[in-house]
Amino acid sequence: MNNLEKMFWVTNEPIDAGIVIANVVRPEAGAISTFIGIAREFTKGKRTLFLEYEAYVPMAEKKLEEIAKEISEQWPDTQTSIAHRIGRLDISDIAVAIAVSTPHRDHAFAASRYAIERIKEIVPIWKRENWEDGTKWIGDQKENISGVPVKEDVRND
Amino acid sequence: MIKVLFFAGLKEQAGTDNMNVDADGLTVREMREKYLTDLNMPGLSQAMIAVNEEYEGAETILRDGDIVAFIPPVSGG
Repeated sequence: MNNLEKMFWVTNEPIDAGIVIANVVRPEAGAISTFIGIAREFTKGKRTLFLEYEAYVPMAEKKLEEIAKEISEQWPDTQTSIAHRIGRLDISDIAVAIAVSTPHRDHAFAASRYAIERIKEIVPIWKRENWEDGTKWIGDQKENISGVPVKEDVRND
Repeated sequence: MIKVLFFAGLKEQAGTDNMNVDADGLTVREMREKYLTDLNMPGLSQAMIAVNEEYEGAETILRDGDIVAFIPPVSGG
């Protein structure tokens, strides 16, 4: 698979955010907003050793592309590229990289935010947290999308 | 035959990531009642349904060759 030729992909390999950004560079753009999601060590005070992601790959790639279409409908003249990692991720590894280019910056910020929230709603990808004393598939995260982390989310041991 | 796919926690509950069922002409709901009830999968009722990689309702009628996926609550990103 040649990532350079793909705008939306799910991969077992480490993600190079530079490729995702390069995918949306074009003369019409005046702004690129990126969102990088990385593997977090502490969630609600509990230490994660590593994460595992699983995907329904063909459908997930389709849904990523669909999100980009939704973005184009909402904010004209945008270009979007998204990569999502699956398999085992160590702490701080990139799980998802999103880049959106637009003529002006306001739309770039809004559209990249929209992309990550939609990923958490419709893209068939699942995360499993592996702790010292157990493991769990993480389910519905929609309650977390208000953008204001609850205190426990930012608390470290 | 119709291929049924399970992911994440549902895959563990099913003990497999896929199965083939004879369900041409049945709705997804009927297929689920006929073949999946005995697997005792508590997560199945919360799962979304995809037929041929698109989200669909439980009343969608299945045809031979279709791929049905049960999608537990997603947690990408």
